[in-house]
Amino acid sequence: MERQSRTFSVFVHVMALLVALIILAPLAWLFIMSISSNADLSAKPLHWWPEHFDLSRYVTLLSRQENSAGAAFLASLFNSLKVASMATLAALGVGIPAGWAASRNPRLGWSLGLVVGTYMLPPVALSVPLYLILAKFGLLNKVFGLALVYLSILAPFVTWLLKSGFDPIPRELEQAASMDGARLDQLLRIVILPLALPVIATALIFAFLLAWDEFFYALLFTSTQDAKTLPVAIADLAGGRVSDYGLIATAGVLAALPPVAIGILMQRALISGLTNGGVKG
Amino acid sequence: MFSERRNLRAWLLMLPLLAVMIAVIGWPLADTVRLSLTDARLVGTGGQFVGFENFAKMFSSRNFQSAFRTTLSFTFYSVSTEMVVGVLVALLLNQRFYGRTLLRALMILPWALPTVVNATLWRLIYNPEYGALNAALTQFGLIDAYRSWLGLPGSAMAALIVADVWKNFPLVALIALAALQSVPNEIRAAAISDGANVWRRFRYVTLPYLMGPLMVALVLRTIEAFKVFDLIWIMTRGGPANSTRTLSILVYQEAFAFQRAGSGASLALIVTLMITVLAVAYLKIMRSFAGGGK
Repeated sequence: MERQSRTFSVFVHVMALLVALIILAPLAWLFIMSISSNADLSAKPLHWWPEHFDLSRYVTLLSRQENSAGAAFLASLFNSLKVASMATLAALGVGIPAGWAASRNPRLGWSLGLVVGTYMLPPVALSVPLYLILAKFGLLNKVFGLALVYLSILAPFVTWLLKSGFDPIPRELEQAASMDGARLDQLLRIVILPLALPVIATALIFAFLLAWDEFFYALLFTSTQDAKTLPVAIADLAGGRVSDYGLIATAGVLAALPPVAIGILMQRALISGLTNGGVKG
Repeated sequence: MFSERRNLRAWLLMLPLLAVMIAVIGWPLADTVRLSLTDARLVGTGGQFVGFENFAKMFSSRNFQSAFRTTLSFTFYSVSTEMVVGVLVALLLNQRFYGRTLLRALMILPWALPTVVNATLWRLIYNPEYGALNAALTQFGLIDAYRSWLGLPGSAMAALIVADVWKNFPLVALIALAALQSVPNEIRAAAISDGANVWRRFRYVTLPYLMGPLMVALVLRTIEAFKVFDLIWIMTRGGPANSTRTLSILVYQEAFAFQRAGSGASLALIVTLMITVLAVAYLKIMRSFAGGGK
């Protein structure tokens, strides 16, 4: 490698610092807002650092007192968890066999086209009939109904991801196993799944994050604490007449915590998934 | 015999997925087509067949035309900024500096932040009375009075684009960085010893490796930006004075706020068609890159 000149090296360090600042400043501010008192947040000039830490909003949001902001928040948190887990598991349930079949049978390659096609579909293209269908079966404002709808996003996505993950697993292994008389379920369980586990784990995480993030369908198809998910609850807070900006920020911090923690812990797998398939936008 | 059995088995394995896709995608999509030809309301019975009337009305409506222009400009400015900033940051991340691993790791944060939280965060930053942007700009003496960034047609769109770029440029940067790292060192070294300057090295050595992955990122980001709903819904709800009302917001209003299922469905189909055209055009371009060779 060429030797870098001193000026160039200084320039690179300054730019790196700038990029770090641009990324961190908004996130840091979200956290600072969540622990600042209202007096600090409405002060002019603004107090960029609280006089004393105010953790009361975390207590408020995580308390289970009935009819409190906390009860509503926790209910939506659990709804989000339920919807995302149900939809993710169901998507893996249909995606693992289909992804494997598509990977081993090139003639099923059109399924890949189908998948790319559904990825392009804007949710608005399905929203009206989905609303009518859910209404007909009494599934509006139900966690189960929303999870069902999320399958329209997660199932094709997961199948595509799994298929490209299964592709590099050598076929010889399966052939050897079936010659040894292994049944299909044994083949899947003993030969394929252990090798495919990392791929499946990545697909699971991406699918969960996708469902955790979803807003449009959740806004349309849920309306009360029975099924309302976290993004909708936060949008309510942000768009409502709530003037406690710190409370909104706290809800944001709590909602961001799981995906950000996953992002940091699973960094390597996520980045390789993102950059190879260019999966989630 | 054997291959037939294999074929049957493959189909059986595909069956659950196909059933799900038909139930939650195929059927609804077909129903959207049917609804688009009727004057059905969201609640209540029936709806009369009206042919292509919804489409004709939609194309001539000013709301549609302005939403179309708004969507195009949001998509164009967001995505082009994300691509340029993303590539520049990737070039930076490919240099040697202290804390490089840490900065690469930080890139995952905006991507991991839920879209709704991102929108809420920026809405708080832009707040006209207590927002951090107003505070910072006033304290640095750049503006004399607090402004309503999201409340004025002149600045609302730009404010949205900044929020979108902040969340998405790191993804482009990560994709571009992975591509940069795939440039073999020998080729770079050869170009240097041949006396190629920085620009020529970027143009003839680096860029060919970048192009494919960048096209993928461009396609994905363009489609995502064209569909944008949550960011705008939370930050401006399409306002002020409809200046940030994109096509997805318009579909929402038409079908759900005004409960006109028929014309909402026709609009949704128009949006779908536009995205399909975009995607096909991009696929063609990508193929020509792949076919043109490195």
